[in-house]
Amino acid sequence: MNIVVLVKQVPGTDNVKMDPVTGVMIRSGKDTIINPLDENALAEAIAIKNSHENVKVTAVSMGPESAMKAIKEAIAMGADGGVLISGRAFAGSDTIATAKAIAAAIRKLGDVDLILCGERATDGETGQTGAMIAYYLGIPVATYVSAVEVKEGGVIVKRTVEGGFERVEIPFPVMVTVNKDINEPGFPTLKGKLKAKERAVPVYGPAELGLDPAELGLKGSPTRVVKVFSPKLSRDTIMKKADGTTGPVEEMMKFLAGKEAI
Amino acid sequence: MSTYVNANVEKEQKLSQYKGVLVFGEQKDGKILTVTYELLTRGRKLADDLGCELSCVLLGDEIDGLEEVVKRGADKVFFIKDAALKNFLPRPYSKAITKLCEELKPEVIVAAATTTGRTVMPLVAAMLDTGLTADCTELTVDADTRLLLQTRPAIGGNIMATIKTPDHRPQMATVRPKSAKPAAFDANRTGEVIVKKYEGATFFTPEKFLEYIKDTTQEVSIEEADIIVAGGKGMKNADGFKMVEELARILGAGVGATRDAVELGWTTYPHQIGLSGKTVAPKLYFAFGLSGKIQHLAGMQTSEVVVAVNKDPDAQIFKVADFGIVGDVFEVVPMMIEAFKNLKANA
Repeated sequence: MNIVVLVKQVPGTDNVKMDPVTGVMIRSGKDTIINPLDENALAEAIAIKNSHENVKVTAVSMGPESAMKAIKEAIAMGADGGVLISGRAFAGSDTIATAKAIAAAIRKLGDVDLILCGERATDGETGQTGAMIAYYLGIPVATYVSAVEVKEGGVIVKRTVEGGFERVEIPFPVMVTVNKDINEPGFPTLKGKLKAKERAVPVYGPAELGLDPAELGLKGSPTRVVKVFSPKLSRDTIMKKADGTTGPVEEMMKFLAGKEAI
Repeated sequence: MSTYVNANVEKEQKLSQYKGVLVFGEQKDGKILTVTYELLTRGRKLADDLGCELSCVLLGDEIDGLEEVVKRGADKVFFIKDAALKNFLPRPYSKAITKLCEELKPEVIVAAATTTGRTVMPLVAAMLDTGLTADCTELTVDADTRLLLQTRPAIGGNIMATIKTPDHRPQMATVRPKSAKPAAFDANRTGEVIVKKYEGATFFTPEKFLEYIKDTTQEVSIEEADIIVAGGKGMKNADGFKMVEELARILGAGVGATRDAVELGWTTYPHQIGLSGKTVAPKLYFAFGLSGKIQHLAGMQTSEVVVAVNKDPDAQIFKVADFGIVGDVFEVVPMMIEAFKNLKANA
């Protein structure tokens, strides 16, 4: 069985720095991590590999050359190999353009039974690419998955939805996007780290993927960011200092009554 | 030069075929969900600004109260009826919506950022080869260009980005549930309910819906709650966190928590609010003993009214609070509990 795990390199979320003038995130190549939910996806793939025979796990990432770090990390954690989709032509891709490129890379890998990724990434937060990739590959998708049971010829997934869970049975090949409940990701092993160092990871550009540059990057993206601005974080806050009396709480009650909030 | 002009004219002709606003309503067990009426509020405003019709599409086998969708603002309601659409499955749903879109050619489609909307809309966007903007907090129309301006938080809520889809139609967006009030019922409104049956193998899919299991572990789902009481590391321990739960019980509110509080085991993951947890937008949000890391703020800053209690006067949480009390949660929160108990007793 062939499993592909999509890993996105994202800024280490505790250290996001903003340019105070432009309000734009300062991206530094150094301070990056694998998107946490993609780590859950990877852990699930490795768990399946450990409990079934003949399972191969390939990590696929798209991003600048520095995203190689994410793939090496995935190999260190137990993936068998990886592929990086990279090149200037991909810059500025929105979710549609990204999905087309990743789908092309997965197709190039040949017969893939199961594709796993996080249900969203902590940077873009759109949660759209997984489903779009499934469409371009012509395969079904299951989103917000908190449990995967591999059966003969397919999976039974448990989806976390509003107010409860759904169980859905889907034959291979299938794309599954996972949430945090699915497992506890592990850590890289020393053996894994050594393997990661040695393992050659191919880098695919548009030519290797047979993609028309017009369909890629900004050119291939239907959406355009027209304005970026800082959210008006500050509200007109009424501040009180606790003084041992019930005064501040009484004022809060009056304030809430005035707002018809209680 | 002329080629360029012709290309532009052609593009405009292509884009101008698209008219009207379509919202994707949701049902469960044949009952229309409230989020549908919230979408009608959004959709009505956009349709009025664009001077066009508002349609609503619902998918299912049997659906009650379709007339109400008209009474709450839709000019046309399309009910795509098929046994295969009884429960949500991404393929049949996206195919059905796409089929309707190919007929209607709507200029704008708005869906809810629910697990359903956020799953089906990317598929529809890919099928129609157009753009999609997730989780918008604001949707407006540019008066000159008629373009939909889709504003959403990006990078963990640190910035807001306004996005448009200039050359593709339809323009598609999802909006967070609870981010608009449900449209009011107007008994005098008139409109059309159209039942659509697409025969044939359109909705064939290899997926099989097995069952829905209601989660009974959550007394009040925080996504549905009008009031949320949330606590962070400042509650010190599981015992301290019980104050959060007590106030929530008194108010009939949902219990929210930061990632720290969940990881320390004071409550469970379904209560986690923020980037790695849930996004909520209640009418009233209490934030106790939490500093307001951006990750948490991203999940709650669209709350209508925010009350914060924290020892640190410089805590970020006060920036998004309407009413802040600088002080020890162990002194202030018990007073609040008393005050709300009294309020309830005298009501």
